[in-house]
Amino acid sequence: MSALLEIANLNVHFATPDGDVHAVKNASLTIQESECLGVVGESGSGKSQLFLAAFGLLAGNGRATGSVQYRGAEILDAPTARLNTLRGSAVTMIFQDPLTSLTPHMRIGRQIMEGLMRHRHVPREAAYSRAREMLDYVRIPESARRMRQYPHELSGGMRQRVMIAMATITGPDLIIADEPTTALDVTVQAQILEILRALKNDRKTAIALVSHDMGVIAGLADRVQVMRHGEIVESGAVDDVFYAPRHDYTRMLLDSIPKAGETPAPVTAVGAPLLTVDDLQVSFPVKDVGSFGGLFGKTRSLRAVDGISFTLHQGETLGVVGESGCGKSTLARAVLQLLPKSGGRVVWLGRDLDAATQNDIRKLREDFQIVFQDPLASLDPRMPVGVSIAEPLKALEPHLPGDTVRQRVRAMMQRVGLDAAWINRYPHELSGGQNQRVGLARAMIVGPKMLVCDEAVSALDVSIQAQIVALIRDLQAETGLALIFISHDLSVVRRLSHRVMVLYLGRVVEMAPSDALYAGPRHPYTRALLSAVLSPDPRLERQRKRELLAGDLPSPLDPRAQLTFLKSRLDQPDYRPRLIEEAPGHFVAEHD
Amino acid sequence: MMGYALRRLAGAIPTMFVIITLAFFMMRAAPGGPFDSERRLPPEIEQNLKAAYDLDKPLVRQYAIYLGKAARGDFGPSFKNKDFTVAQLIATGLPVSARLGLWAMALALLIGTTLGILAALRQNRWQDYSVMSVAMLGITIPTFVTAPLLTLAFGIYGITLFGQEFSLPVGGWNNGAWRNMVLPVTVLALPQIAIISRLMRGAMVEVLRANYIRTARAKGLPATQIVLSHALRAAALPLVSYMGPALAAVLTGSLVVEQIFGLPGIGRYFVQGALNRDYTLVMGVVICYAGLIITLNFLADMIYGILDPRVRLK
Amino acid sequence: MSVPDIAIAMPEPRGRSLWVDARRRLLRNRAAMAGIIILAAIVLLALLAPLLSPFAYDEVNYDLISCAPGWWPVEAACSAPGHIFGTDAIGRDIFVRVLYGARVSLAVGLVATVVSLVIGVLYGATAGYLGGHIDGLMMRVVDVLYSLPFIFFVIILMVVFDRNFILLFVAIGAVEWLTMARIVRGQTLSIKQKEFIEAAKAAGVGPLGIITRHVIPNVVGPVMVYVTLTVPTVILTESFLSFLGLGIQEPLTSWGVLISDGADQMETAPWMLLFPALFMAVTLFCFNFVGDGLRDTMDPKDR
Repeated sequence: MSALLEIANLNVHFATPDGDVHAVKNASLTIQESECLGVVGESGSGKSQLFLAAFGLLAGNGRATGSVQYRGAEILDAPTARLNTLRGSAVTMIFQDPLTSLTPHMRIGRQIMEGLMRHRHVPREAAYSRAREMLDYVRIPESARRMRQYPHELSGGMRQRVMIAMATITGPDLIIADEPTTALDVTVQAQILEILRALKNDRKTAIALVSHDMGVIAGLADRVQVMRHGEIVESGAVDDVFYAPRHDYTRMLLDSIPKAGETPAPVTAVGAPLLTVDDLQVSFPVKDVGSFGGLFGKTRSLRAVDGISFTLHQGETLGVVGESGCGKSTLARAVLQLLPKSGGRVVWLGRDLDAATQNDIRKLREDFQIVFQDPLASLDPRMPVGVSIAEPLKALEPHLPGDTVRQRVRAMMQRVGLDAAWINRYPHELSGGQNQRVGLARAMIVGPKMLVCDEAVSALDVSIQAQIVALIRDLQAETGLALIFISHDLSVVRRLSHRVMVLYLGRVVEMAPSDALYAGPRHPYTRALLSAVLSPDPRLERQRKRELLAGDLPSPLDPRAQLTFLKSRLDQPDYRPRLIEEAPGHFVAEHD
Repeated sequence: MMGYALRRLAGAIPTMFVIITLAFFMMRAAPGGPFDSERRLPPEIEQNLKAAYDLDKPLVRQYAIYLGKAARGDFGPSFKNKDFTVAQLIATGLPVSARLGLWAMALALLIGTTLGILAALRQNRWQDYSVMSVAMLGITIPTFVTAPLLTLAFGIYGITLFGQEFSLPVGGWNNGAWRNMVLPVTVLALPQIAIISRLMRGAMVEVLRANYIRTARAKGLPATQIVLSHALRAAALPLVSYMGPALAAVLTGSLVVEQIFGLPGIGRYFVQGALNRDYTLVMGVVICYAGLIITLNFLADMIYGILDPRVRLK
Repeated sequence: MSVPDIAIAMPEPRGRSLWVDARRRLLRNRAAMAGIIILAAIVLLALLAPLLSPFAYDEVNYDLISCAPGWWPVEAACSAPGHIFGTDAIGRDIFVRVLYGARVSLAVGLVATVVSLVIGVLYGATAGYLGGHIDGLMMRVVDVLYSLPFIFFVIILMVVFDRNFILLFVAIGAVEWLTMARIVRGQTLSIKQKEFIEAAKAAGVGPLGIITRHVIPNVVGPVMVYVTLTVPTVILTESFLSFLGLGIQEPLTSWGVLISDGADQMETAPWMLLFPALFMAVTLFCFNFVGDGLRDTMDPKDR
């Protein structure tokens, strides 16, 4: 059987103001009919550029050389007209960010129909019904209504399904999926991957699956290529690569991922209670587009945090997990007094913070600090990192002489694994991982008793994630910190947490000691969440039965959303499921 | 869509209000009444005249009276051209200026967008550089320089096209004959052509870099379809937002153009009125201009809402 | 936390700040660099004006009315070899008048831009920083004012207050403050939402500290770009007013006055129009190139 796609010695160069960038170095690969090739690599590996170059979609300053053959015919640098007979017809693409990848001012239906009408010369009515069929195939409900909607009216998961529908409607031989699930929530990711699996098994479509997530690759790929800095460092059948990796880099990648069943050893013993949060509520006013199109709309209240209570002890790590809109970031900021709350109490070291003045709270900031998700965005780009690290020290201990401050900054930099000579460097001169260490240094320099990590490793490459998590563990062991670790990534949370709290639309649905939660989740949402976690174990992934949530996450504005798992009480729309202690220390929200 | 339209309309009314108020109080605050430059009149006659013009009433009452009259289109008599009311003067001048302005805008839009799109599609190549350089010229050279230049070239010296001597009239309205309109419209349109082509090019370049254009290319759609169906509508948005300021600029430019070419439009009345301190005339013209701009802004907002579904379906 | 003893072997290298980066890219932009050099030359000429010509700018000479410069290639009614740019309708030397006109036009450009900068920054930064209802209200006011044909009000002002020199500067500046306010407010809003502002709050920095250390340095960039692009607009506005007879008054002169006088005489004495127009066009070009160049250096996408 001849190969569908054959790439040989592909080189991609970009001409940038800072010089020539060699993004893809001598890459060669083949894709056979009906097979799924996984291409895995971290940021900067060139995995996306490889396929963009192969099909003439590079940005203006990119040049590709080498050979790309589709069914034996050379297509690299072919004239656009010839490429257009292939693109969107026999070879289609799905991109990472469905919001920006769909034309904002064109209705969904038309965008799906376009390709079909152009390539298969199908008349409009026939194309319309085909498009609706595709929407049904990717399980978008109310397909007729959706056809007339615009991309911004759909949720992220639905948009990605639309992209899949668009890519499948012409019956392609090959679909190139470039990080198709990266921007999506974990439960939604599981659903999308199911659709891709169906495409592969039922329609025998070949898929080129590009991802940085080994778990995504493990479940779908037949063969795997591992890329690093533009080069393919390892390739082979999926079982070989995952179970018997030959290249060091592949081994390192696999080792960095927390495996299912791996039990972390939380490092410290748990001490006295530091923080008590009691029925915390945070609401935001949201303008509702009412009658007359917004002229007389009411202002509704979005309950981002809807009654959350917990206690945190010295040396303890509380993991907080949930998907978008669950309120975990809002919770963190409200506890840290960075956001005003609408109800409930926050008690720190026995002191109700409601009674504290602004000045008191400022002084208390020495005790609790935060590390943010985006390392680059959380540092002022115009300040050297040394100044950023010193900032809390200067603000909270202004009496310290300059020399002492500088010494402590240097010491802290070394402690977090940064070269102290970088003290005058700017954030854009450091990598993401290094910037995150700067963020940690800045948070730790005042010696806080509690640290909140708000998705602190989510924006980092997998190998770097492992390093930062290890660093946090060390710091905790050394200082006896209490930690609130917020993440959507359950496997990372497991490495650090003593207890885990699962949030859904602003409320706690399950809270339990880490082992108990992962071994025996009781709430259906927790089960779906855990079931959606992908592990880099191909055999396991192929056999697993997923507990999928139907549909997308409901809107937080919908008051009945809270009863999604307690449908028996829908007749009481204001009812909030209560938290019941089903086992010692294991709290579960009421559910059907 | 309805709600969006109503919201925009609700914004236009205070604007008109502010304009009328500002114009009124500025005029009244100015030194020198309408009779200052003439001989001193006997007190009783001055009293009578003042009463006729409502100048003897308190300021606030004058304001209220003026508002009421303005709402009915009565802007009072011209202080200087005693034979005419302001409304009459505007009625004669407005059609001239309107034709001039509309043609200039149409020309600017047509040529500007075409050049801008061309430059964007051939980014960083010679078409791009030449269009952008010419545009730069259009922005930096004032209308009162291009006017005499073009007049010299096409009016006085004439040009030879296909062996035919070809020259355009250098001034006068001639009841709107098209030959008289060519030069003034061109001069008025030039700066806007420059600005619109730069704007369009920038917007187009920005849009062509977007992810959804990459998706369209990945779908194998031909370039024309991508530009027309996917790119153009998004690139047009900044242009639509510019329409209000564009009209304001054209109206401003018309002050100069009507002066130079001797066209009897309201621009000329405005300048004369300003220099002669003919307050009612000036105010009437300002209100007229403001009304035009506000109307166009409203239309532009509507078009924007049609083009961008995110704005109206928030 | 104990502080370990660290021996410093050598001073730490300076990092490559964003300003340094931007400056480097600006230096590489040839159009912008040419613009800066030419502008500097023109400013120098303007400052040295009295020294560069034997004639005073208001020195009338009825013997040499509307005379071409000595080197003029075309046959003209009269020739004045001593005047390198020729003479105007009452015999004044055009060269020295162009230089004095440069003084006035550049001064107007500078002062009016500063006026619009001050008003715009104060207004925009306040609206952006306070946010919420106040911001909404302030921006509604800007929206309303934006619809006004501002220039008409300037004209009315100039007429009403009898072409007061100071008022001219202020009025012209007032025409441009709206756009400046919008830009500053937009920048302030977007900076305010950035995570590093939240990080600074979490670090215990007070509101004043945040504004001075974080907000202002980050807003300066785009504002600078816009300032460079405002100057040519202001100079054009002044020349527009002068053309209508409402700008700079005799005996002072500006490029606008010279050009409008010259436009009248275009047929018979083209040198009257040519030289001031050339100077003004070149100056405006340079400002635009520099502004575009600055804008390109700040563009994050190119980083």
